[in-house]
Amino acid sequence: MARITELDVNGSRRRLDADPDRTLLSVLRDDLDLTGTKYGCGEGQCAACTVLIDGVATRSCLTKVGSVAGKRIVTIEGLAPEGKLHPVQEAFLDAGAMQCGWCTPGMILGAVGLLHRNANPSEAEIVSGMNGHICRCGTYPQVVSAIRSAAKKGVRA
Amino acid sequence: MITRRDFIAALGGGIVVVLIADDSDAQEAGGGARRGTREPMPQQVSAWLHIGEDGTVTAFTGKVEVGQNARTSLTQAVAEELRMPVGSIRMIMGDTALTPFDMGTFGSMTTPQMWPQMRKAAASAREMLIDLASQKWMVERASISIANGKVASGSRAAGFGELTKGEQLTKTITTSAALTPATEWKIAGTSVPKVNGREIVTGAHKYTYDIKRPGIQYGKVLYPPSFGATLSSLDSSAAQAMAGVKVVRDGDFVGVTAPDPQTAEKAIEALKANWKELTAETNARDVYTYFKKTSRDGDQSKPELTSYNIAYIAHVPLEPRAAVAEWEGDKLTVWTGTQRPFGVRSELSENFKIPESQVHVIMPDTGSGYGGKHTGEAAYEAARLAKAIGKPVKRNWTRQEEMTWAYFRPGGVIDVGAKIDPDGTITDWEFHNYNSGPSGLQSPYAIANKKEQHHPSKSPLRQSSYRGLAATANHFVRESYMDELAHAAKMDPLDFRLKNAKNERLRGVIEAAAAKFDWKSRKKSPGHGFGISAGFEKGGYVATCAEISVTNGVVKVVRVVEAFECGAVVNPDHLRHQVEGAVAMGLGGALFEQIDFADNKILNNRLSRYRVPRFNDMPVIESVLLDRKDIPSAGAGETPIVGIAPAVGNAIFDATGQRIRSLPMAPKALSV
Repeated sequence: MARITELDVNGSRRRLDADPDRTLLSVLRDDLDLTGTKYGCGEGQCAACTVLIDGVATRSCLTKVGSVAGKRIVTIEGLAPEGKLHPVQEAFLDAGAMQCGWCTPGMILGAVGLLHRNANPSEAEIVSGMNGHICRCGTYPQVVSAIRSAAKKGVRA
Repeated sequence: MITRRDFIAALGGGIVVVLIADDSDAQEAGGGARRGTREPMPQQVSAWLHIGEDGTVTAFTGKVEVGQNARTSLTQAVAEELRMPVGSIRMIMGDTALTPFDMGTFGSMTTPQMWPQMRKAAASAREMLIDLASQKWMVERASISIANGKVASGSRAAGFGELTKGEQLTKTITTSAALTPATEWKIAGTSVPKVNGREIVTGAHKYTYDIKRPGIQYGKVLYPPSFGATLSSLDSSAAQAMAGVKVVRDGDFVGVTAPDPQTAEKAIEALKANWKELTAETNARDVYTYFKKTSRDGDQSKPELTSYNIAYIAHVPLEPRAAVAEWEGDKLTVWTGTQRPFGVRSELSENFKIPESQVHVIMPDTGSGYGGKHTGEAAYEAARLAKAIGKPVKRNWTRQEEMTWAYFRPGGVIDVGAKIDPDGTITDWEFHNYNSGPSGLQSPYAIANKKEQHHPSKSPLRQSSYRGLAATANHFVRESYMDELAHAAKMDPLDFRLKNAKNERLRGVIEAAAAKFDWKSRKKSPGHGFGISAGFEKGGYVATCAEISVTNGVVKVVRVVEAFECGAVVNPDHLRHQVEGAVAMGLGGALFEQIDFADNKILNNRLSRYRVPRFNDMPVIESVLLDRKDIPSAGAGETPIVGIAPAVGNAIFDATGQRIRSLPMAPKALSV
């Protein structure tokens, strides 16, 4: 397969030169210096590496970069263009839904993806929709309330 | 390299307050031992604070931020005493060249010790500002007030910078002007949000894992296939032939560096090593007899004692260990996520035989620790590789490395026995903790005859601190056994505890938790159970009530109420998050977390094999915070974790009649 020389990331075309078999996580962090996307386990168990691919929350540690050429990739850095926070980011701040913050970018993008699929999720739907995300600090209750309040305000991705 | 002295000079004029440590504000410290520290308790500078000529306030502390929100609470301390907005304060933390020496961020000591010290430094700065205003305006000190970052007297008012401009004042203090009492707090005691929350939600904060330096190379280290194995031969020719790769060997230490992480990974896999492995002395199943067999004090088993087992568990900080190391001649700078930046500086200084003054450790706010990041493994590896190749090196551990080569919460065996009078008074108490540790060993109940001992044993795994230390294991056993005694005495578990609890603060949390939970009106139904527990450690009192359901042996925790009291509340929201987060984390160790090992190998060193609590494990968690403005504030990062396991265990007994005497209690399901 041909090397990947261009990706659509956060609304701009980024030039690079990457083996298509590399993970998207590695390319984002190491080649494009988008370090808001976090490594947590490398096996799709914690979802700290979540990004949006064409609006769908996706684990970048399990995604080969060759599979996302030409697709719209949004990382946490692209969620607040020109410094205006996305309503889900605002909701996380308002709910204090973070402690150490390592899982937070992935949580936020997971929540944006969830609300994109389901604009008004019930608490049970939030729990099942977010269950792939690990927060070792245990901010789960605050994350659920942040997502509920973002949904109430009618947020769509 | 800059030194603290240079840094103060570089800050320019203005006023500086230097505080000499005085721990008189600290609460009682609990029974825990101090772990892993070689430095004596410093009798020296503990904090300083600078107000620049432009009015900028910068405070300096050796404490670090690992998610417990110390950065926010310490900023509140300064804002409160300087009567200024939180947003105008810079807090420099955990940088060995810039901040005062600090033992480390552990033992829940930031709030009882550093927090009042920050307040003292700020209160003294406030008095200096009043002195300056009094001199400049030639008015009585009593006429001067400070509010919202402004100094005022009559019709005159000035920002801090207007008063400090052109000044070069340094004041060294041991005590300060009176601190603002908790009843008058305006900023302390309120729910100030995380001060750098915006950097977190935008992904802008640079954790150690994210840091790059010009010319950086990526390091990997060759680890043995099992603990204690030694290298017998190495063929590194294939790795050495790879473009940009350097192989570093120093005795049994073998590492590689490469210009990018992928090449480094390929290079480490290309190394052909032969190892001489050791025969394992024990494994996860047999370790409990091993603890007693290797006990320093011998095996104290007696037929009248009841035995409980505690498994080893892993911290799983979501940011694994990481470091970036850069040498400039024989001076070393390291960025690393550690709870003990000054301890890591000592480790590096000893390992490289250079003075501590030539080692600079910087600790960016880190992706959690939970007691698991006291040591400098990644820092030492990065520095070794960087020294060998003469370029800066980044060393990010993988999850598997973190769950193998870091350290674990100790496993243990705890034997307990007691005698009670017919009215439910406990008269005799005997408690033996093998290996797990002495923290929280002492019963908080009033008991006439007590024998409580910790017996160190040989540990087959590397073990050290974990959030709450052994207080979790000791409370699990004590409070489970209290439940056994209550049933033996045919008393309600709540009444039995209140019968034996004389300490008013302990009674306070028990009563608060029971009231909020509505313990007295709980209704039994098939498959449902209720449990209660209580405890004290590190200045904090905790009581927990849990409701669980059991379906086909699967335990689901439905509802938890936890009451916590640690003196005057510094930040209600952040305290609530510590309490609820500790309950969430504690559920893992209570029900399913355990490190499996055999043949000197960790068998479940990844998240697909090691289950941690997730969204769908969460009960409804309600916290009750008792705000005792008459008692100095104690820390809250640890003690709220100790109550959940026994409360759940007692609820399991209530539901099923099964007394589970091991942690975790239901790794898969209860045997039905």
